[in-house]
Amino acid sequence: MNTTIKRTVKHLTLAALPLAASLTVTAAQAEEVNIYSYRQAFLIEPLLEAFTQQSGIETNVIYASSGLNERIEQEGRNSPADIILTPNTTILVDAYDKGLTQAVDSDILTSNIPAQYRAEDNHWFGLTTRARVIYASKDRVEPGEITTYEELADPEWEGRICTRSGKHNYNLSLFASMIEHHGEAYTQTWLEGLKNNLARTPQGNDRAQVKAIMEGECDLSLGNSYYWGAMMTNYEEPEQIAWAQSVNIVFPNQEDRGAHMFISGAAVAKHAPNRDEAVQLLEFMSQDLAQYMYAQENHEFPVKPDTPRSALLNQYMGDFVADDVSLTAVVNHVEDASKLVDEVGYDF
Amino acid sequence: MANPPALGTQPRIRLFKHLRAWPILVFIIAGLVVLPVLSVFYLALFPTDNIWRHLYNTVLFRYLEATLLLLTGVGLLSFTIGVTTAWLVTLCHFPGRRLFEWALLLPFAVPAYVIAFIYTDMLEFAGPLQGTLRDVFGWQTRRDYWFPDIRSMGGAIVLMSLVLYPYVYLMARAAFLEQGSNILAASRTLGCTPWQSFYRVSLPLARPAIAVGLALTLMETLNDFGTVDYFAIRTLSLGVYDTWLNMGNLGGAAQIASMMLVFVVVLITLERIGRARQRHFGQGKPNQDSALYTLTGAKGWLAFMACALPLVLGFAVPAYQLASYALGNFSSYWTDDFIAISWNSLFLSATAALVTVVIGTLLAYGRRLHPNRSVRTFVSLSKLGYAMPGTVLAIGVLIPLATFDNTVDAFLRARFDVSSGLLLSGTVFALVFAYSVRFLAVAAGAIESSLDKVTPSMDKAARSLGMNSLETLRRVHLPLIRPGLLTGALVVFVDTMKELPATLMLRPFNYDTLATYVYQYASDEKIEVAAMGALMIVLVGLLPVIMLSRSIQGGRKAATPVLPVAEQG
Repeated sequence: MNTTIKRTVKHLTLAALPLAASLTVTAAQAEEVNIYSYRQAFLIEPLLEAFTQQSGIETNVIYASSGLNERIEQEGRNSPADIILTPNTTILVDAYDKGLTQAVDSDILTSNIPAQYRAEDNHWFGLTTRARVIYASKDRVEPGEITTYEELADPEWEGRICTRSGKHNYNLSLFASMIEHHGEAYTQTWLEGLKNNLARTPQGNDRAQVKAIMEGECDLSLGNSYYWGAMMTNYEEPEQIAWAQSVNIVFPNQEDRGAHMFISGAAVAKHAPNRDEAVQLLEFMSQDLAQYMYAQENHEFPVKPDTPRSALLNQYMGDFVADDVSLTAVVNHVEDASKLVDEVGYDF
Repeated sequence: MANPPALGTQPRIRLFKHLRAWPILVFIIAGLVVLPVLSVFYLALFPTDNIWRHLYNTVLFRYLEATLLLLTGVGLLSFTIGVTTAWLVTLCHFPGRRLFEWALLLPFAVPAYVIAFIYTDMLEFAGPLQGTLRDVFGWQTRRDYWFPDIRSMGGAIVLMSLVLYPYVYLMARAAFLEQGSNILAASRTLGCTPWQSFYRVSLPLARPAIAVGLALTLMETLNDFGTVDYFAIRTLSLGVYDTWLNMGNLGGAAQIASMMLVFVVVLITLERIGRARQRHFGQGKPNQDSALYTLTGAKGWLAFMACALPLVLGFAVPAYQLASYALGNFSSYWTDDFIAISWNSLFLSATAALVTVVIGTLLAYGRRLHPNRSVRTFVSLSKLGYAMPGTVLAIGVLIPLATFDNTVDAFLRARFDVSSGLLLSGTVFALVFAYSVRFLAVAAGAIESSLDKVTPSMDKAARSLGMNSLETLRRVHLPLIRPGLLTGALVVFVDTMKELPATLMLRPFNYDTLATYVYQYASDEKIEVAAMGALMIVLVGLLPVIMLSRSIQGGRKAATPVLPVAEQG
């Protein structure tokens, strides 16, 4: 064998040593809790550090944007997962439907989290809420010119609306709530109207739509409430502050059912090896400190009603009427909403 | 000059009875590698709902149209860039040629999703280029002027081609080198113009190799998710995702993914046909300097530009942009965590490269010894993983590993009342297994084409001198196919560095790689933080790319001793 190859093999062996060592020392019997997170690890890190400080319980995290439920399902009763953390209800309900969750009976959780934001049988819990709002150009849309989701389909907005892909969970969730409130036939007609009003093929994320408003490509967009806060405080990329300043936030349907809400939430895994620690973490997350931190981090709304809110939220997104439709009912329409999006060719 | 006859027509080489071990080894290895793909087929048997009627009535043909358009565009452009530059640096003298020989491989180290991100940032309305144009010409809004939309089919084709053409370049250049210049010199004395001798002699001779490079390019294009998602191009791989996550129909998604394999079977067949012809190649004697033409003046500069353009656009610009993001705040990103993450990537890539090449070599050699139908079918099946959308394949990997773990655990619980828990799932083993399954096609391509060029008379000679099959492999073949092994290993190394979906889904707790690091920040629009990881992927990727290029140079020398023997065969 050639010397370079030998050397490479030697280096490989050297590289493998520290890793092998790190593998063998997994889980020295300290108290710990294992988190399968659909939310980026860095978003939950400060909160987990606070939890560890307070409780002495170490946290382990795997983050992936898809497939964690499938992983838990395959791992079966040996799954190390204690908690599933998600940015939407769809994944929570999917985990529930797959039988991956268990009920948690905790007075702390039931008193902190309003009933509309948790599963009836306490298999999952909302931790923060967000609203799907309409962003309207300050220059080209008068306040009061648009006040409801339904009006987005009106012909006067032709060529003036930008959204991200209709297949994104945030849009599907809104469309699913339209099905829940108005039925499938109405929603299809409404979606066709909305599609006709689009200024461009759906693309980019929610922030990119606000940017398009600033650049004059469109006048209205759909977006989650917290993106506005994220842009407004983006000191690393100050141009985003200008995007945020170019729009007004419209909380839709304030005269009737209220703005469409999502939750980010969590569930305790059915075979959680550290169930007690998992419940402790959930309870911690529903308390004032974590509620404030978790919501503040991403400019979301705390799910616990009396939690203090950040100054930014108080100033720009004070009281508004939130749709209190059952989240499970909405999730059950997501598949139909996805098919409607195909049928009206929303993304093309 | 005698051509080495096709291996399949040779009487089977069988000196010892225990040689039967080889087909069994091939079946075991190929069987393990093909398990994840079979798991996806299995999932496809249990859809929650028949997805096809809905798809057929609504978006199926749009998905297909976009997919075919993207494949055609990337195919044509990668072909043009790869073949042109390979021809120029191999057969022409012009300024900068020595540099371009290896530098043209550099864009390979840049992940497609990263280049998409960077160019969008630079070329969109708010980006620096359009901003400058507006300042210079006094335009105000988008309606005042026309500028091509980077987030479009055209943009995706150009950007993906810029980072994928190296597959074609790599293969085409090796082929041009092997042809040697005397065949071309002959064509010139017979009155061909330089263009004619390229079009009528070089290109047809190199076609099989180019087909291999093109097949790899297209498979990578087919399973791309990041770029098409970012550019809002609705291809089949978005359809897979949508069916799985939005319609809660994993079985339906597995069906679409399985259908996508039809494309792959076509591409693999293309590659196979290509390689089958390679055996009938005339053997020109490669020269140390293969250059035939000297391009001076305007022509020289034109050649320089033709090579500089893909290099600048595919590598220099994105690398510069990443560096300027990352270095602005270098000290706050260069943490112990980050170094550990870089080590993880390096370790995984090196291990995956080693394992994949070993598997690829065993399979290729087994097929060489026993080129019967069942061995060949198994070897071909083992390559299907390359074209499956990564997320679906990751679930395919999860199923056999978890089944194994839980079976062992259940047995131990029943018999000895102890639990073994998860032995393989959620470990580094799962990751390396996933990479091997995914990238075997890449390594095997390089290894098989090297091995096919070794004449069977070498095997016979070695055997008649008393070596057994393993010794023959170790002492005769391995040294001869070293360039192919290195190429395979290095391509797998770079591909593993960039791999995202399987890494995300299968990794252990608290374990990041550079790719997952980039993804988690980029998906939250924290470009500055993400840039450091992306830059590191590019930098670490440079190393093997440079080694790869040097091994091709070395390969030229290594190929020489094969030839006299080949002439006897």
